[in-house]
Parts: sequence; structure tokens; C-alpha cells
Amino acid sequence: MAKHATPLLDQLESGPWPSFVSDIKQEAANRAANPKGLDYQIPVDCPEDLLGVLELSYEEKETHWKHGGIVGVFGYGGGVIGRYCDQPEKFPGVAHFHTVRVAQPAAKYYHSKFLRDLCDIWDLRGSGLTNMHGSTGDIVLLGTQTPQLEEIFHELTHKMNVDLGGSGSNLRTPEACLGQSRCEYACYNTQDMCYQLTMDYQDELHRPAFPYKFKFKFDGCPNGCVCAMARSDFAVVGTWKDDIKIDQDAVKAYVGGEFKPNAGAHSGRDWGKFDIQKEVVDLCPSKCMSWDGSKLSIKTADCVRCMHCINTMPRALHIGDERGASILVGAKAPVVDGAQMGSLLVPFISCEAPYDDVKEVIEKIWDWWMEEGKNRERVGETMKRLSFQKLLEVTDTEAAAYHVKEPRSNPYIFFKEEEVPGGWDRDLAAYRSRHQR
Amino acid sequence: MADKDVIIDFLKSKSAAKSKFYFKDFTDLFPDKGPREVKKLLTQLVNEEVLEFWSSGSTTMYGLKGAGKQSHAEGED
Repeated sequence: MAKHATPLLDQLESGPWPSFVSDIKQEAANRAANPKGLDYQIPVDCPEDLLGVLELSYEEKETHWKHGGIVGVFGYGGGVIGRYCDQPEKFPGVAHFHTVRVAQPAAKYYHSKFLRDLCDIWDLRGSGLTNMHGSTGDIVLLGTQTPQLEEIFHELTHKMNVDLGGSGSNLRTPEACLGQSRCEYACYNTQDMCYQLTMDYQDELHRPAFPYKFKFKFDGCPNGCVCAMARSDFAVVGTWKDDIKIDQDAVKAYVGGEFKPNAGAHSGRDWGKFDIQKEVVDLCPSKCMSWDGSKLSIKTADCVRCMHCINTMPRALHIGDERGASILVGAKAPVVDGAQMGSLLVPFISCEAPYDDVKEVIEKIWDWWMEEGKNRERVGETMKRLSFQKLLEVTDTEAAAYHVKEPRSNPYIFFKEEEVPGGWDRDLAAYRSRHQR
Repeated sequence: MADKDVIIDFLKSKSAAKSKFYFKDFTDLFPDKGPREVKKLLTQLVNEEVLEFWSSGSTTMYGLKGAGKQSHAEGED
């Protein structure tokens, strides 16, 4: 018999999708049975109380969680988030239910031993409930109490060789797509760049000094499997400079029906014969392609790297050879100003280790944002408030047409002294020699 | 006055009104220092257990250790 009746939550189990309610019930039953004979360090019934407090919130349409606090591990300003229930008498198992964030391995390649060890720690010292993975991409361990934090931290760092992730006003756990490990579209080694930058910016990850959160994400190509362009303050997205490589024979094989478009991904129903004109050429957002019945041509100068043609005909088309990445800045979810996509800052940057050119851009942005950003202001908001032009200035980037979003509405141009030959000083005598009063 | 004392005096002078402060409140105390230098001072003070971090999960603040609401106020003892 469950500790709390949860009729509203039970309904959630009736839908077609796997339910978190079933998962929590399963863990509650497992903890009650305790098949491994563990000496649980936090209340054994915390999953049941978690269901109870959620049911209460569903009934009352109000949350019963307070968040924030002094919980943390010594010397770290992030990685642990204090959670307290405001009905501790009713739900003592979740009276203190802190979250621990743990850095995920690059591109989330796990060894099963790692996952088992992680679960062993969490079964003993936490609720046993995890969120694989949080929105930022890190491992989220849900629910423990303050005395367990240092123990968990010690075991994670000393036995499992893994660190806490980011939370609070600092660099959040960086995230990369699986890149060249499995994907032929990857234009640079996303995992390596993610790892190197994580190691280089340890101080920024653990000791908060930013106005608000800051996220890096690394996508190997514009398909954007980690959504860098939409979800990170600093997005590195793979791209190439030269032509898309075309195998004309393979194009004909797609047209002739020998190869399935999209590698057969849409084969669940009959969409009719593949029509290259309708399904590829006409869908090109910049209309840079043409098909004359026997040859596919692409005007590279007009290509915007949307990836549609490559995704549709992967055996015929391939990313170019001159590879690197574009940097976009300022994406965020809505809080202050509404959601924003990243704005293109650097159209092409080479991605060779140790990535000094990328780091140079990052550090210039940080210096500016740390100085000018208001409390709880994302860099995308600072950028909007102080202008994209200012961002170009602080990153020593020359303005170019691809930085322009719309024609300017202000007809005045104010020059700076350093932009005018000779500055503001004029030789008045020489001027008067040329111009009478 | 030593830089660390400037920080501690600032926190003590405000202690009646507030116990937690944004990082930017400290950079304002040192107009001639860059944010990274101020961060080093704060990190030292945290490591010396004079200051402590407070985090909401999304935002982090600094305060004197023991000041303001502590975990035992949440019944965590």
C-alpha cells in the first residue's frame, strides 16, 4: 500500500508514454524491499514523499518547494542546489531534497561500470532518483541531504574521477554533440574542444563571478544536435568554406530510386517517388541549387549551410574540406527579454587544438560582460541593451554585412575620435589661411 | 586597509539590512581592480571560511559565513 494516495498522479500513468510516476513508484518499491541490504543514509521513503508532495501540488495548483541555500561542497560555488519542502511535517522524507549536478562525459559515452558506480553512490547517499540528463546536458542526481554532500563529492572525484557540474552564476557544464566519433557531418572535433575548454575554465565552472549563467555548446555541423545556436550563450557550430562535394552518379542513383532519401528515415509510409526538384532544390532556403535532369549544381557563395540537401542525399553530397566553425553569441530562454537565438559574431574560425583563437573570443566577451552586465543579465541581454556594435568593438571584430540584422533606423553616424584621420584637433591658423571669416 | 578587510567591513556595515550580495557589489568596492582580481580575493575568503556562497540554483551570492538564513533554520540538523 502506497504511503500517500495519488489519484491525480496515477492518471499520468495511463497515457501512451513512459511515465515518471511509474519510475518513482518503482524506486519507492525497490527502496522498501532493499534487496542489496543498504544502510540508507537518507529516509528510505523519500520517493513516496516526493509523490505525495507532487500530488498535493496538483490538488492545490501551488508548488511546495523552496529553492536556494548555503548547501554546497567546500570551495565550490556551484554543482549543488538546495531544495527544501515547505511541508516538512507532512513529507519528512523530502524535507531536504538537494540536487547534485555531475559533469557528463563528452558526448555522453558511458561505460556501464560508471553508471553502476554512480547508481551505487546515489542509492546509498541519495534518493536513488536521477534525471539523465538535465536541460544543460549534465547528470542530475535528485534529492539528498546536506551531511551527504561532501561524502558524495569525495566519492565522485576520488573514486569515479568525475567532477560536479555547473550551477548558479558561473560557467555551466559545457556540452558537445558526438561529433567525429560517429558523425560524418562533423566539421571539427567537438568532444575535444568541449573537454579542453572544460579543463581550461575550471575556475569559471566552480567559482562564480559572472552576472548570471553562461553556457558553451559545441555542435559539429549546422544540424545542431545539441542546439548550440538556440540554447547557449556562446555557440560553436561547425561549418566549411569551400564547395559541398557532389557525387553526380550518386545523385542520379537517388533520383532513380536506387538510394532511399534521408537514408530511409521516412520509409514508414509511402511518400511516392523521390522528386529531387520538389524535395531538395525547391526547398533550398537561399535557392542556390539547380538540377538540369542530369547534373546537380550548387552556387557555394549563396549557400547558407542549412544542411537540408546533405541530410536528404547523404551518399551524394558531403560537407566541404576546408572545415572550421562559426561562433554565435547570446542565445537564451525567455526570462527578462524573451527567447533569443544566437547572433553570428565570427563566421569562420579554425578549430585546431589548443583552441587559442576560440578562447580569445570567449575571454574578451567575459571581460566585457563581467564589467558591464547587470545582475542576473545574460550576455544576450547585455548585447541587446548595449548594442551588437559594442560587442563587435570589445571583441575587436570588424563589422561586416553578415552582422547586419536589419537596415538602420537612425540616420546619424557618430564617429569616434580614433576613427577620424588626425582626431578632433585642427590647426586653426592653417584653417584660417584657407577659409576667410 | 587591506583588500580583504574592505570586503569584510562592507559586509559588516550592511549586515543589518542584507546578508547576501551579488558579485558585482564587490567589484564596485574596487573600481581600480578587474573582476578577476576581485574574484581571487573572494575565493581566498571563501577558502579561509570567512565568506560562504549562497545559491538559488540559477544565481549565486556571497555572504559572511553564518550570516542570514542557514541550513539549520530549515530544520537540517
